[in-house]
Amino acid sequence: MESATDPNCVAPNSSKTQDKGLALLKYVLIGVVFGIVFVKAEIISWFRIQEMFRLQSFHMYGVIGSAIVTGIISIQLIKRLNIKSIHGEKINIPTKVFKKGQLIGGFIFGLGWAITGACPGPLFAQIGSGYTVILVTLISALAGTWVYGRFEKYFPN
Amino acid sequence: MNQFIEWISQPWPWYVAGPMIGLTVPALLILGNKTFGISSSLRHICAACIPAGIPFFTYNWKKEIWNLLFVLGTAIGGFIAMNFLANPEPIAISEATQADLKGLGLSNFADLMPAEIFNWDNLFTGKGVLFFVIGGFLVGFGTRYAGGCTSGHAIMGISALQWPSLVATICFMLGGFFMTHVLLEPLMKLVGF
Repeated sequence: MESATDPNCVAPNSSKTQDKGLALLKYVLIGVVFGIVFVKAEIISWFRIQEMFRLQSFHMYGVIGSAIVTGIISIQLIKRLNIKSIHGEKINIPTKVFKKGQLIGGFIFGLGWAITGACPGPLFAQIGSGYTVILVTLISALAGTWVYGRFEKYFPN
Repeated sequence: MNQFIEWISQPWPWYVAGPMIGLTVPALLILGNKTFGISSSLRHICAACIPAGIPFFTYNWKKEIWNLLFVLGTAIGGFIAMNFLANPEPIAISEATQADLKGLGLSNFADLMPAEIFNWDNLFTGKGVLFFVIGGFLVGFGTRYAGGCTSGHAIMGISALQWPSLVATICFMLGGFFMTHVLLEPLMKLVGF
């Protein structure tokens, strides 16, 4: 239950209904579409991330920017039209609380993003695409997550 | 059908890809009352595999299994796109970037990923340590410390008009600019490029 209220958890689960069995397949399918887009729009490309950080192409800014615009419109529609989830629940978007981690941790993630050319989503898509050595990057990312969790109380927040 | 495959095999422009990624936000909200965020999957894997009694990893991760299924789907999507919808042409990287990267010692721009960096032969070398081990660690540590990554903060958080996510996103970009423009060249020299 901790994850439902934990501000550290960025993808909190507000659902009161627990999907079981085949109902869980929908998350795989959304992920599949997501993974295909990642490869087809070359978002998994280390080169595209370099272009972005060197301000030499609009591509990644266009992708992230139009994703945000789509997200804003969607959430406004959900709120204003009071759209419910398919289980009839009121859709809940937990409020993010400001903490120092967003500054320090954010900067650290940015350093890693420019080295690996991947944020966590593309890591999975890269592995699926056949860049199997990225498994090592994923294991390191898990180690980084674990170390943060283990020593959480020592980091300013 | 062949024409369709040919058409879909072209690289997709940003104005197709971006909205499709953005639609993940309402899809997850409406289909499951779930908040979009991928780096959480790393936390759930830690919680499932090596919780070690650490409070940060002691929670009911099984309730979050949807997140792990989502990233499994992402990997499957990568497989499908690469094996059935792949673009036969080399990736079109901007010439300015190619020139900059040549200056850093890269010469192969044919693939989505630079072949000179991302291969198993580099694993036990300085290149592997920098690009896989250190890079991956910073991604995992930084996203968890920041409470999210590009999906959870930049896309989900800003879409929900949450200013802490905008702050986080600005810091992601600052970190990336600093690495790209200040640290990357000396680090790449150090590992033998």
